[in-house]
Amino acid sequence: MTTLLIAEHDNASLKEPTARALTAAAELGGAVHVLVAGTNCAGAAEAAAKLAGVAKVLKADDASLAHELAEPLAALIVSLAPAYDALVAPATTSGKNVMPRVAALLDVMQVSEIIKVVSPDTFERPIYAGNAIETVQSSDAKKVITVRASAFKAAGEGGSAPVETVAVASAGDLSSWSGAEIAKSERPELTAARIVISGGRAFASAENFKRYLEPIADKLGAAIGASRAAVDAGYAPNDFQVGQTGKVVAPDLYIACGISGAIQHLAGMKDAKVIVAINKDPDAPIFQVADFGLVGDLFQLLPELEAALPART
Amino acid sequence: MKIVVPVKRVVDFNVKVRVKPDGSGIDLQNVKMAMNPFDEIAVEEALRQKEAGKASEVVLVSVGPAQAAETIRTGLAMGADRGILVKVDGPVEPLGVAKVLKAIVAAEQPGLVILGKQAIDDDSNQTGQMLAALLGWPQGTFASKVVIDGASAAVTREVDGGHETIALKLPAIVTADLRLNEPRYASLPNIMKAKKKPIEEKTPADLGVDVAPRLKVIKTGEPPARRAGAKVASVAELVGKLKEAGVI
Repeated sequence: MTTLLIAEHDNASLKEPTARALTAAAELGGAVHVLVAGTNCAGAAEAAAKLAGVAKVLKADDASLAHELAEPLAALIVSLAPAYDALVAPATTSGKNVMPRVAALLDVMQVSEIIKVVSPDTFERPIYAGNAIETVQSSDAKKVITVRASAFKAAGEGGSAPVETVAVASAGDLSSWSGAEIAKSERPELTAARIVISGGRAFASAENFKRYLEPIADKLGAAIGASRAAVDAGYAPNDFQVGQTGKVVAPDLYIACGISGAIQHLAGMKDAKVIVAINKDPDAPIFQVADFGLVGDLFQLLPELEAALPART
Repeated sequence: MKIVVPVKRVVDFNVKVRVKPDGSGIDLQNVKMAMNPFDEIAVEEALRQKEAGKASEVVLVSVGPAQAAETIRTGLAMGADRGILVKVDGPVEPLGVAKVLKAIVAAEQPGLVILGKQAIDDDSNQTGQMLAALLGWPQGTFASKVVIDGASAAVTREVDGGHETIALKLPAIVTADLRLNEPRYASLPNIMKAKKKPIEEKTPADLGVDVAPRLKVIKTGEPPARRAGAKVASVAELVGKLKEAGVI
């Protein structure tokens, strides 16, 4: 069998979820080809060729693929699909957007956000915000799968796969891209960070959210996350949200500050290795999953924590 | 222009579900059910578009058991005009639902279908995209803003790095993210009025659609349990423990 992995990238380089989804794709047992679809995406294609375990890279370079619009990208993947037994993508917003479109065009029922490959046709996936794990077996001849990146280790480098250019058919004009506001940050990407520090509604303002969390994040080299309540209240941008419908993270250390611990939030972080909760309410549900709990006032404890942390080397 | 909004009956978002001890599924006996929260946002968006003069009628569709009529009734009480219940007992997968919806769209000819981005029970996040594929329509998923302007819609999407805006030619599919709007509560007079609004019943067979599942659920299990650890008394103790654990 042969598997096609759809790369998540910014044209110049690959994003971390690609290497993680590659591990899942390799576990299906067949050769893995990686599709890098974009504009001027030679850099990302070369990076994909270096990943260990990649047999071939398909580069689709076309203006219509510049912004990962679902319609042209799905059409491209479907045009390549006859040669593959499985189509796999990381469950990023791009993967979640395009893969069900591909699946329906192929009359396949997608298996979403797998966390384990049991066998080439059987997978584990979380349901009900991670409160249950379902083992499902697909009866479709071709598999369409999205992968929860945090559940798989990133594949290493060391490969030298050939890069082949594939033709891109005319895309039509059902949709067009108008613009984006993408945050630029020096901090690590939330889903790839080794340490995540998150804030909740208790911060009471966007100013406090920055003022109390950023210095600690800087010292720890951590990414900053947020609960839905903090995002809804405007204290943090939407791309910070950790939870069932936001980002799912599994860092070595997760520090939840002023987050009560709704099941929807826990769904996004309970696979962290070590969880710290700082909250003034000793009965907050977050303490039920925390390895270390500290009860008290954030505005006093967080500056203390910052002072107690060693300077970043 | 007509807007169709599919709505799903799911376990209420506040309920912590229990896995049946024999691994055969989730225990749904005596559990509070409600409209999928993302679908409520989709209904609200359709109503706002109608109130802004961009749409003439809001039609709700639910694919599910007889009780899904209550879910439709909830949306009618919010202000939707009528409902269609496609009765299916047992689980229906997103692909099956998308095929049913395609048949409904063929009959209703809406200019826009707004769906919740995912259902909070199976967390699949597929139906809207699949419906767009089957219809050959453009899709604007994970929407935080929808502006309809004549024959097109500008959809602002929540993406991993922030937001992006795309333009879709109508007819189109939109899936609602959390921050698209805050759904209204139904007023008592509207709840009374909703009782008189029509709900048409159909079956997948009436629509010529096969909804047989493609995935076999072999087992439903508990996630690995996480036990509460210890409370620490001070920041100094916390930092000590974290160093001991080797994470800082």
